[in-house]
Order: sequence, then C-alpha cells, then structure tokens
Amino acid sequence: MRLEVDITGKTFTSAAGGTHEVLAPLKFALCPGEVGVLIGPSGCGKSTMLRIILGLDGDFRGHIARPPQARIGMVFQEPRLLPWRSVEQNVRLAAPDVTEPKLSELFRILELEAHRSHFPGELSLGLARRVALARAFAVEPDLLVLDEPLASLDDALAGRLRDEIAMLVARRPVMTLLVTHSLDDAIRLGDRLFFLSPRPARIVQELPIAIPRAARSEAEIAAIRTELARRIQAEQGDVHAGRDVS
Amino acid sequence: MLRLLSFALFLVSWWIAALFVGGAKLPSPPAVLEVMIAEASSGALFLHLGATLARVALAFVLAMSLGSAIGYLMGRVRLADRLGDPWLILLLNLPALVVIVLAYIWAGLTETAAIAAIAINKLPTAVVTLREGTRALDRSLDEMASVFAMPRWRAFRHVVLPQLAPYIAAAARSGLSLVWKIVLVAELLGRPNGVGFEIGVAFQLFDTPRLLAYSLTFAAVVLVIETLLVQPFEARTTRWRPRAA
Repeated sequence: MRLEVDITGKTFTSAAGGTHEVLAPLKFALCPGEVGVLIGPSGCGKSTMLRIILGLDGDFRGHIARPPQARIGMVFQEPRLLPWRSVEQNVRLAAPDVTEPKLSELFRILELEAHRSHFPGELSLGLARRVALARAFAVEPDLLVLDEPLASLDDALAGRLRDEIAMLVARRPVMTLLVTHSLDDAIRLGDRLFFLSPRPARIVQELPIAIPRAARSEAEIAAIRTELARRIQAEQGDVHAGRDVS
Repeated sequence: MLRLLSFALFLVSWWIAALFVGGAKLPSPPAVLEVMIAEASSGALFLHLGATLARVALAFVLAMSLGSAIGYLMGRVRLADRLGDPWLILLLNLPALVVIVLAYIWAGLTETAAIAAIAINKLPTAVVTLREGTRALDRSLDEMASVFAMPRWRAFRHVVLPQLAPYIAAAARSGLSLVWKIVLVAELLGRPNGVGFEIGVAFQLFDTPRLLAYSLTFAAVVLVIETLLVQPFEARTTRWRPRAA
C-alpha cells in the first residue's frame, strides 16, 4: 500500500485575521520500503504538510491516501517525551507490544542502555532525540515520519545518529518520510528526494536516487551531491531569470 | 527539627501571652491540655472529631471529584465553558453562610444538607483550578499520543493526568483548608455533634479552655493529615521535576 499525498491547498488564518496560503498544490507518492526526503527552506510549510499527512490537521483541501490502520512512528522536531515517565516507560507507552529482546536491541543500537530508568529531564538533547527514535522504531511502524531528527546537534553527533537511523531503516524496510534541510542527510538516507519551494510550498523538483542506499560509496555520494548542487543552481537561475523578465 | 523548633516557639509565646492576659481569656497550655485529656478519656473528643472528619471526607471527595470533572470539561469544551462560567462566578462569590442556611432550610437540618452545603462551597474553586490546568495542557503531547494511536484511557492516564496533578494537588490543598473552615460553621448552625457543635456550646458558656481544646485538637488533626497524606502525594507526583535548591 502506498502513501499518496494530493494537497490542493491549505490556508492559515492568523490571529490578526489575515489569511495566508501555506501550501500550494502539491502531489507526491511513496512506495512501501521507500525513503522519501522533503528538503526545503525553513518555514516553507513542511511541518504543516506533515501534520496533514499524519491526520493531525483536517483543515485542508485535497486528499491523503494512507494505508488503512497504518501504524505510524513519528519523531517530532522536539523530542516530545513525557517528562514524568522514564525513558523505558516512554517507549513502552507508545509501543505496548514491544518485546524485551527487541527493546534491548533498540536501546543497544541507539546507545541508550545506561539511560533506561532516567527521566527525560535528565537527558541531553541528543539522548532525548535517541529516545524519540527508539519510540518511533519500537512501534514497528508502517509509516515512519522523521521531522528534522538531526537538527541542532553538532556535526559529529548528527553523523553518528544519521548512521544509526540508516541502520535501523535498513534492518526492517519501512515507508519513511524524512524532513531535513541538509542535502547530505538527504543523499545518505533517501531514495527519492522532493525539493520544496519557499512558502507557499510546492514541489520544485522530484529526484529519485537509483543506487540502493546500502550500496552508495563515498565517491558516489559525492558525485550525487555535485550533480544536485548543479541542478539546484540551474533551477535557481531559472527562477531568477523568470523574475527578472516579469 | 526546624518544624519542632517552630512549634516550641509557638507554645512559648502562647504561654507568655497567657500569663499577661489571664486564664479567663487565654488559658495556659497545661490548662487546655487538662481539658483535652478529660474530653479524650470520656470519649467525647473522638466522637466529635470523628463526626467532623467524616463530614470533611465526604464533602471533600464529592467536591473534588465533581469539581475536577466539571473543570476538565470546561477546559476542554468551549461550549461547556461558556455555559458554566456564569454559574461558576455566582458560586465563587456566594458567601458560605448563605449556602449553608439555604441548604438547611430546603433540605432540613440533615446530614445530607450539611455535606451538600460544604461540598457546594468547595466545588467552584476546584472547578476553576482544574479548568486552568486543562487549558495549560501541552497540545504537542496530545498530538504525540494521537499519532502513536494511544488508546484514550492510556493517554489520559499517562499524558493528561500527570500534567493535571499539580493542579489537582493545589485544588486539594486549598480546598481542604476551605472545607476545614466551613465544616465547623455548618456544624455550629445545624448539627448535634462535631467539633463545630462543641465550639458553639463552649462559646455559649464562655468556656475558653474547652474551646481551645477542641480547636487545637482539630488543628493538630489537620496538620497530621496535611503532612501524612497531601504532602507525600504532591512529592510523588512531582518526583520527575528537578528539585528546587
């Protein structure tokens, strides 16, 4: 079962009474096991789009086809853990069916073993993110949504966490939607990249990466990056040219 | 240790004041203790205390559960808030005495009337506190619970209730002190037993030692319940918070 997103528009009424177009017509689809990456500037409406896809916001025009009764694993931008429950309880509350071996393995991969009984207030942001990741993977989701899971971490930590995410996604193929503004993360983790325009967001370019994730060597990643940079440059050139003419 | 010192200071100042004012108006601590012991050995003290405590417990539980439910509803549902607000303001500002007298007139000098009157006095403060607590609920956690498809009851218990716990504790704390105060008035006006009734009798006879014996025993019971029940509950619900220095 695929995820099909067909949003024809979303307006937002501000407290002052004005209305803003947040999303322009926008259409894309994801196949099972595929990792789609949404890349766009800050404030372009990515989070709004995610909320619509997750069913948290029903006030939009268009249609979302999700697998019926799909289990969703979500990593929010902020970890959104329950501060009054321990790390382990946080995971178990979202995933009551998780088995002990599976939980131990998740905690081992995400280096959380020592923090099982800690409260989220005692964790650093990097660790809290890991707990959020553990929670999302523990539900064995049919649809995994990662909203900038590496934002505001230092490069070394972000790199490690990115490798851990790659490993977890590879272990059990799952339809994944990743939001990021790092091209590097997109190339290393994604199968299909969607480049979004500034607000109101629309898809400027859709770009599948043919080489399977596990088989991408550093050289190939570098090549994809150069190619992408060239394309984006050209695209922006077009936009600027267009604007100049009008 | 500090608490004991503070208590000792209270006793000493009382004693000194009693020496200045004289035994008729302010009896000394030993004189009051003597009455306490006499009342306790006859059993009357426990009878009256028991009656009062039972009324407090019933009215408190009734007002807290009803008030919390109404407050939660008003915090969640706009319509309920709109409809309930005028009633709430009326009840909040209605003097306790009016409620008690009306309850006795309408329902007779009965136990039900007394307990209902006490509960009605406490109800609006519980509603207001819980409504504020519900309004302050973190929506992002609600969203998290909904995305992870947590069943309603589990989400309420683990996501909502812990956020409301400090408000429930605050409502319980302020409500309990309100109930302690009002229960005596209700007893004084229309009950044949309880600490309030005894204080009424003592007042009519100008029997200050008896008055103090009952009030202080009552205050001691309040203190014990606060330290043994309310404070441990608060400590438990906030154990995840970093301690204040």
